[in-house]
Amino acid sequence: MLETHQQSGENRALLVADSIGYKIRGKTILTDVSLQVQKKEIITLIGPNGAGKTSLIRILLGLSHASSGKVERKQNLRIGYVPQRIQVPDVMPLRVCDFLNVAGKYDIAQCQQILDEVNCGSLLYSPMQGISGGEMQRVLLARALLKKPELLVLDEPASGMDVIGQQALYETIRNIRDKHDCGILMVSHDLHLVMAATDRVICLNTHICCTGHPDDVSEHPEYLKLFGDAIDGLALYSHHHDHEHDIHGNIVASEHCNSCEHNEHKESQDKS
Amino acid sequence: MMALLNDSFIIYALAAGIALALVVGPLGSVVVWRRMAYFGDTLAHAALLGVALAIAAEQLPIVGVGVIGVSIAVLLFWLEKQRDLSTDTLLGILSHSALALGLIVFSVIQAQGFNINLMSYLFGDLLAVNQSDLILMYGSVFIILLVFSQILSPLISISVNEELARVDGVAVEKIRFIFMILLAMVIAVALKVVGILLITALLIIPAATARLFSKSPKQMVLLSVFIAIVAVFLGLYSSLSWDFPTGPAIVVSASFLFFVSRIFVR
Repeated sequence: MLETHQQSGENRALLVADSIGYKIRGKTILTDVSLQVQKKEIITLIGPNGAGKTSLIRILLGLSHASSGKVERKQNLRIGYVPQRIQVPDVMPLRVCDFLNVAGKYDIAQCQQILDEVNCGSLLYSPMQGISGGEMQRVLLARALLKKPELLVLDEPASGMDVIGQQALYETIRNIRDKHDCGILMVSHDLHLVMAATDRVICLNTHICCTGHPDDVSEHPEYLKLFGDAIDGLALYSHHHDHEHDIHGNIVASEHCNSCEHNEHKESQDKS
Repeated sequence: MMALLNDSFIIYALAAGIALALVVGPLGSVVVWRRMAYFGDTLAHAALLGVALAIAAEQLPIVGVGVIGVSIAVLLFWLEKQRDLSTDTLLGILSHSALALGLIVFSVIQAQGFNINLMSYLFGDLLAVNQSDLILMYGSVFIILLVFSQILSPLISISVNEELARVDGVAVEKIRFIFMILLAMVIAVALKVVGILLITALLIIPAATARLFSKSPKQMVLLSVFIAIVAVFLGLYSSLSWDFPTGPAIVVSASFLFFVSRIFVR
């Protein structure tokens, strides 16, 4: 008992990746990437497009094989995976409750309860083909949670959502960690939104540029170098002194320029 | 119809048709979900080669079909792993090579004095089904359905999304391979009933018809069995009434049900 208490790092990790390298057709996607996911830890992976985020996630999940290095998972690790989105073939009759039951046997009450938890309780009998992108993310999340995962892996869970939807989703994710006691690894572009819900940020661009607490990373020179062009290209935001908004600007420039919150900033600026 | 049932060959034909309906519904549903129609066609075309080889080796045709079907599945599996050609291209190659090879072997063994009727294999010969055929068919149907019921859940899982299935711990390759073998067995069962050229139709049409009425995957599986059985009844009845060839009559009945339901439902 005492011993297990003392072991803080290595042995309690859910997942350890050791100097992962990955090449496709001679092109280097990842070099020397090492990371650990601890129990109940929320890690956010950020990086520009083509940085290898999705490749890394796929390797950690065992969907792709690393060209070098190795991945060690805790024995019988239950992983819940939430992909960016999935396309259920139209030719397959599949309601949300059927989809939730694909990976195991859960009764209707369990399905309803988990859907309520991710705020889409009304979808139980909806056909999978008829739900919106945001609803799809929540249903995928519900499905992953039904497995009682020890590690939840989310690939850009908020892609295609408006800011309100994103905030609500991250709120849900934060609650999940507390309620389900699972480690969470997610890919995100929205550092400003995940800040509060993240213990550690890993900034990836083929290799790991920098890693640490979100506050530290946002000031890290490597991080600023990586997203520096975005800042120049969107000088609009550069006058914001507030820390959080600084990051907001950075990230927003790369992906989400049309969300309502940003337009507000723009308007207030135009007036000034 | 009741008067017709007094003839044993008709009862045999009906029994054989129902045997086929029991397996084309479930397997056909998965074929439709996974867009494997062309694969079914390939297996069917290759079956001709299997029949020809079996006759040459003085074995039961069903054995030849099974062996060739599994070989095609293995070959496709191997070719797909190389990833530089798409599956439909590979199937196009396999399908027509096997058919051409089958026709050559057929003509060779015909020249050697074997008296076999190519047409009966191409379009089936349901009314010639005998008791030992039936025993073989129902044995196969039993095995197919037994295995299918064991792998239905993972099959649904990989049909929805292969990557999610993989993360959930489904052995995707293994399940796919088992399904291919089951499909080869269905082709063997179908040989006498609708023949090689029409089997894909019977896999797809009842399942496609069932789609319209189904809300869940399992509903679609059960409903397509029912629709296939109705098609067998209609086909056999029209065949006996108007002297239509039986296999094509069953397929036409199935498509009749398909179009009628498309037009009148919703």
